[in-house]
Amino acid sequence: MNLWTLVILTIAGCYLFKLAGYLVPARLLEHPGTRRVVELLPVALLAALVVVEAMADGRHIDLDGPRLVGFAAGAVAVWRRAPFLVIVLVAGATAALLRLAITQN
Amino acid sequence: MSAPERSAVVRDSLGVGLAVGAYGFAFGAASVAAGLSVLQSCLLSLLAFTGGTQFAVVGVVAGGGSAAAALAGGLLLGSRNTLYAMRLAPLLRVRGVRRLFAALGTIDESTAMAVAQPTAPLSRVAFWWTFGGVFTFWNLSTLFGALAGSLVDPAAFGLDAVVPAAFLALLAPRLRNGVLERRIAAAGAVIAAALIPFTPPGVPVLAACGALLLAARLRER
Repeated sequence: MNLWTLVILTIAGCYLFKLAGYLVPARLLEHPGTRRVVELLPVALLAALVVVEAMADGRHIDLDGPRLVGFAAGAVAVWRRAPFLVIVLVAGATAALLRLAITQN
Repeated sequence: MSAPERSAVVRDSLGVGLAVGAYGFAFGAASVAAGLSVLQSCLLSLLAFTGGTQFAVVGVVAGGGSAAAALAGGLLLGSRNTLYAMRLAPLLRVRGVRRLFAALGTIDESTAMAVAQPTAPLSRVAFWWTFGGVFTFWNLSTLFGALAGSLVDPAAFGLDAVVPAAFLALLAPRLRNGVLERRIAAAGAVIAAALIPFTPPGVPVLAACGALLLAARLRER
């Protein structure tokens, strides 16, 4: 599968998931078990993505200093309930500045 | 619905749109860093239009994962929009072409804003204005992010730290919902971390869904 196929299938799949909710009779997905799984699925997926994006490089555990410190700074911003934009800026700026400081020494 | 009520909802909706939309910049930059073209990045934002999924897809591609793993992870995250649509359907009561547009705009933020309103007419105002605000800013910022990302090295701007922090920001409101959410997140994180060295990229994220078995176990008690 090449990148174009991936992009097109992602678009088609995401749109059909959204549209499906308007078309199906509500009671089909009203089963509490189904509902619970769909609500909790993002929790497991997002937690895994946090870990993988923070410490993996392909199949290797890659503990990159600036990346981890930047992420930690972003995590503090999340904990302090900062707005999205602030979280992004804090994480990015911390990692970028640290990287800059390391390369200059 | 009084005029002041309506304008308060419009103002809040546009505020959400601006805040969330700006984050599209990080998506655009991450997407071209992963190897997608500017056009592909913009098409995802225009037509898939669901942030978590878009980040998951380019995240797996960036990590060297197969396109199939990227698609599977993305679609799993996108499936929650079906539930949102079902919750919105009786509030919006849309038919025909409007329903096709409403479907595109069915995302975390527009749903949250719509269901938070006291009456159905206000819900409709909140839904369409949040959708419009997020859509406008998300797509503009994706374009700028993709263009910037193709000109400079994203690592120099700390983008590799931004992406996990952004996922954490998406996760945080759910963690505040309860103990079950926190346990599932912890289990998902442990499963993913443990599998990184042993499986192709993308698989640790999918395998983390196994953490949901915990939910089933906990409910039985």
